Amino acid sequence: MTIFIFLTSSLFCFSQEKVEMADTMRSNGRIYVVVAVALTILIGLILYIVRLDRKISKLEKGH
Amino acid sequence: MYKSWWKITSVLLLIYTVTAGFLLEVPRLPALQETIRNLYFHVCMWFAMMILFTISVVNAIRYLRSFNLKYDIYARQFAVVGIVFGLLGYLTGAIWASYTWADPNKPAMNSFSSIARDPKLIGAAIALLVYFAYLILRDSIQDMDKKARISAVYNIFAYAILFPAIWILPRILPSLHPGEEGNPALDVKNDISGNMRMIFYPAVIGWTLLGVWITTLKIRLNLLKEKKMML
Repeated sequence: MTIFIFLTSSLFCFSQEKVEMADTMRSNGRIYVVVAVALTILIGLILYIVRLDRKISKLEKGH
Repeated sequence: MYKSWWKITSVLLLIYTVTAGFLLEVPRLPALQETIRNLYFHVCMWFAMMILFTISVVNAIRYLRSFNLKYDIYARQFAVVGIVFGLLGYLTGAIWASYTWADPNKPAMNSFSSIARDPKLIGAAIALLVYFAYLILRDSIQDMDKKARISAVYNIFAYAILFPAIWILPRILPSLHPGEEGNPALDVKNDISGNMRMIFYPAVIGWTLLGVWITTLKIRLNLLKEKKMML
């Protein structure tokens, strides 16, 4: 588990570095931050729907 | 999870939309500038709404053919989620218009009055109000079968006014909204570059599938409720 966290965090750092490079390439600052925020919201909402879906499946099995 | 392959498709397409939608190259146009990326969000809301309303009317017809109350639940829930997408489309359009159509040199009220007069906006408002009336009509009838039958017939009428209100009416009158001539966002030569179409079409599918997913959850809950009432 700890190895997994370490791996993902290092991946995250790596992507952060890449972001800065791409940032200068596109020369309109920090759009990647917006992408990260939008993706976080989207994934959060989707996880919420998935949970709802699971709960309803459970209810359906109960009957 | 129940039948999950298309749900996964929806999630993947939406993640692609949000990532590529912000990062890929878009045409540089005056006044629009980066807001052209709203095509992947604002326009998709309306496409999803039209598709959801279409599924709703199909289920209304299926109800009238079979008088199975299951189809009535389908029709209602698809209409409700369609309305939600329509409202989101309207809201995002309002934000978009206030930064691209409004004249910053004039007082805000002046630009507002000219934007609010736009036929596309009025048409969309009419279409949404007709669907609001569908919900009011439904909930005002107590008898289950009568409710289902009347609202199914009304659903067909509402669908019949939907497309004239949002497509035909705005095209007859001068409008600020794009798409007065030709097919907005679908025209091969004008409107949007091929680059944008690569995101726009997947985005439409992704958002629509998300709407269908939410609707199926609501339908399943309602069917459970029905079952409980029967017991």
